[in-house]
Amino acid sequence: MAERAFHVARLPGFATTAIIVFVALYLPIFTLVAYSFNASTSLAIWGGFSLDWYAKAWDNQQVKDATIRSLIIASFAAAISTTVATMAALGTTRRRAFKGQTLIYVAINQPLMVPEIVTAVALMIVFGLIKVWLTSIGMGGLTTGLGYLILAHSAFCIPFAYLPIRARLEGMDLTLETAAADLYASPWQTFRRVTLPLLAPGMIAGAMLAFVISLDDVVITEFVKSGGQDTLPTYMLGQMRRQLTPEINAVSTMLLGLTVVLLTAFFLLTRKKT
Amino acid sequence: MSAAEERLIQQSTRNAWLLSLPALIVLVVAASGPLLIVLIYSFLSPGQHGNVIWEFSTDGWVGILWSKDIFSEEWMLADAHLAIFWRSLWLSLLTTAFTFIVGFPTAWFIATRPPKERALWLFLITIPFWTNLLIRTYAINEVLRKEGLMNTVLMGMGITDMPIEVLYTQTAIFIGMTYVYLPLMVLPLFAAIDRFDMKLLEAGYDLYASRMQVLRRVILPIVKPGIIAGSILVFVPSLGAYVTPRVLGGGKQMMIGNFIELQFLQGKNWPLGAALSMLLLVIVMVALLVYVRYANKGSSSHG
Amino acid sequence: MTEAVTIEARNAVKAFGQGDHVVRALDDVSIQIRKGEFFTLLGPSGCGKTTLLRLIAGFEMPTSGSILLDGADITELPPNKRPVNTVFQSYALFPHLTVAENVGFGLTMLGRPKAEVQKRVAEMLALVKLEQMAGRKTSQLSGGQQQRVALARALAPQPKVLLLDEPLSALDLKLRKEMQVELKRLQTETGITFIFVTHDQEEALTMSDRIGVMSAGKLQQVGSPKDIYTRPVNRFVASFIGETNFLPATVVPGGVKLATGDVIEVATTRPGAVTLTVRPEQVRLVPAGEPGAIAATVKFLVYFGTDTHCHLELADETEVVARLQSPANGDAGIEPGQAVGLRLAPGAAQVLED
Repeated sequence: MAERAFHVARLPGFATTAIIVFVALYLPIFTLVAYSFNASTSLAIWGGFSLDWYAKAWDNQQVKDATIRSLIIASFAAAISTTVATMAALGTTRRRAFKGQTLIYVAINQPLMVPEIVTAVALMIVFGLIKVWLTSIGMGGLTTGLGYLILAHSAFCIPFAYLPIRARLEGMDLTLETAAADLYASPWQTFRRVTLPLLAPGMIAGAMLAFVISLDDVVITEFVKSGGQDTLPTYMLGQMRRQLTPEINAVSTMLLGLTVVLLTAFFLLTRKKT
Repeated sequence: MSAAEERLIQQSTRNAWLLSLPALIVLVVAASGPLLIVLIYSFLSPGQHGNVIWEFSTDGWVGILWSKDIFSEEWMLADAHLAIFWRSLWLSLLTTAFTFIVGFPTAWFIATRPPKERALWLFLITIPFWTNLLIRTYAINEVLRKEGLMNTVLMGMGITDMPIEVLYTQTAIFIGMTYVYLPLMVLPLFAAIDRFDMKLLEAGYDLYASRMQVLRRVILPIVKPGIIAGSILVFVPSLGAYVTPRVLGGGKQMMIGNFIELQFLQGKNWPLGAALSMLLLVIVMVALLVYVRYANKGSSSHG
Repeated sequence: MTEAVTIEARNAVKAFGQGDHVVRALDDVSIQIRKGEFFTLLGPSGCGKTTLLRLIAGFEMPTSGSILLDGADITELPPNKRPVNTVFQSYALFPHLTVAENVGFGLTMLGRPKAEVQKRVAEMLALVKLEQMAGRKTSQLSGGQQQRVALARALAPQPKVLLLDEPLSALDLKLRKEMQVELKRLQTETGITFIFVTHDQEEALTMSDRIGVMSAGKLQQVGSPKDIYTRPVNRFVASFIGETNFLPATVVPGGVKLATGDVIEVATTRPGAVTLTVRPEQVRLVPAGEPGAIAATVKFLVYFGTDTHCHLELADETEVVARLQSPANGDAGIEPGQAVGLRLAPGAAQVLED
């Protein structure tokens, strides 16, 4: 082949730009990770490899509490949003268009459209009102607890859980369920034995996305949490106002690692089906 | 239509609503419903120490552009507010434009990789997209700060002998937003380019177009829906950005998001905060509507 | 011969759409299908044959009219309550289940004991010669094997009627021929009523006891393959099945008169202008000027191997095709432009109803 063959799809400078973009995308993250292994107290000077900051983060009760809180909230939010999103996906796909369908779509995708800061202040106000009301009727005990954060997270996780489930449903062969009905399966048996097993990968993918999204949330959590309810991201945000130490890099790296693991699993899970 | 058929359709519609109901309840309680309360709050009077007094007032909305002089009680155009709005708009537009300039070649690069490689490149773009926004912003902080990577490299190469103080400037916010929102531009662009029929390029070159002419006259018009989608996806969160300006602007370079927070936490003017939230929501909705209308028009004209 | 009716459709109508855009996929179809027969619904795509099949299976409800099984009205019975099973065009095998689990699905749903299900699955797999594949996932099978699994799955619950929706269309030619024989064998062995949907006229002619030809949502003709081929009732049936010639004619005492003036002896009850149809293989060439022969001119010849098609033109410019057996040396011995005479085989010509 000629060395200077004419490649139709090649545009001048595009490949170079792309490579620079990829480097620029990962360089800051790698720097952050690298400094989490820095033995020096200062973020500026490299003092050799060390796991001290991980040990320090591990010993930090606040970090531990925030981590556990983040995981609890993310687990509940993923479970709730996946359940309701699965039902909604079953309701809104693969049937003839019905009145109000667009309304349901808009409602489900609404958290993707409204700026987070707006939802955050809205929830702060509403939950505040609910708490005042609960106290006034003598149920002040219900004003604390993670329920409020779980509810808020469940809501904004719904569109993320819904998307892969809906995609999976739409890609599913409708005749499989027709075949089940033809072979004497009742509607419930058809759902239990055919629809659900085939839908499972989509549901797992949806739950994982919801989990990641909940785990990453800063803004809404920052406004909804009561005192002492820091999650990992809001704890980190609070720390960033103070003196920065590589401990925060260590915490970031751990959170980053968890996200990458979940995403890789998601990637493999959704790729397998095609 | 027979009665039995009609019954089936009615049943199907009822099932659709029943199945969607749990999701709708969660969303109304913790997403859509609260927005209505914010609208109501924007028409109330501020309380002494935050919160509101249940008295009708349009001061919240007026306060967006004017502020009351403490001594004369006269409404004066609030320059500080205008500066914040201008900064938000300008930085968001700049971010959108720049993410497109670097995002388009990136998306093109990914879309023209061999199919086996493509999934991996796409995955590499997706990872930052799903990674914690705060962590990514903090990572940029690491690079930009006085003793950070950028200054170390620049000074090491002898380009400057004094560290450049970028952090806590608008430039830092711009760099940060470009960094965190870039995947939102690349992904829809990739989707559009992926659908693009490369045979059209051959046709373009066959008809004597140069590379630049092919880019401008063939590629860009066809992938325009992807460009619009990417621009909206970057512009909307940029305009409402809160974390990035807070961490990289250091409280000095506020954007609308931070300004809203200020009204609720330190400023103690909840009606103004509520009115600002509604204003932001309206701008975002208008942008989305423009997109939806354009997208519908685009798809129908292509049949 | 006792001709008990298994499936009956009475005035079945199926309309899709609303307002001005109503399309009648099925337009007042009444049909009786006999117990134990191999019945084929034949027609081009969109003729309503699959809609009729879906009404019988219960996947769709008629807009009006009714479906009867052994004399009982099953119009509104859901598919899982009908002793009718379907072999789907796409096979619709459950990808998350093994071959054996697929075949046993219907019996399991009917709540049959495990031992019975296993026994029956083994029998069915033996019947379709797939005993070795019981534990495989369906995605590991070839197209032909998937087809057999779909058949075994639908036959396992011993339905009263087996519906087959273009089941061979996804197979290549050789496999399709094999499966045609296989299907016929299964039908004879099981004695189950088969309702087979296809757009392939050859498939319909070779396999069926009776054929129902459909077009535009209406049943055009029902009859044995021979009936349908030799006695088509209308232009559509005559042209959809095999090739044919159409000759405009007028009814005269004792037959019909062609536009050329020649009179053909044929029975008809219709008066006035009619269309006469005759298959190309029933047209014979004779030397020009032979008494009683219709004068024609050879336009061109098309060589098909076993046959040679001779395109002729009559005096009134009507085109007629004659199919001649190719002689040993391949040369038909006729030239374009040559004047010839043609005769129709006795009883071969047919007056169409429209």
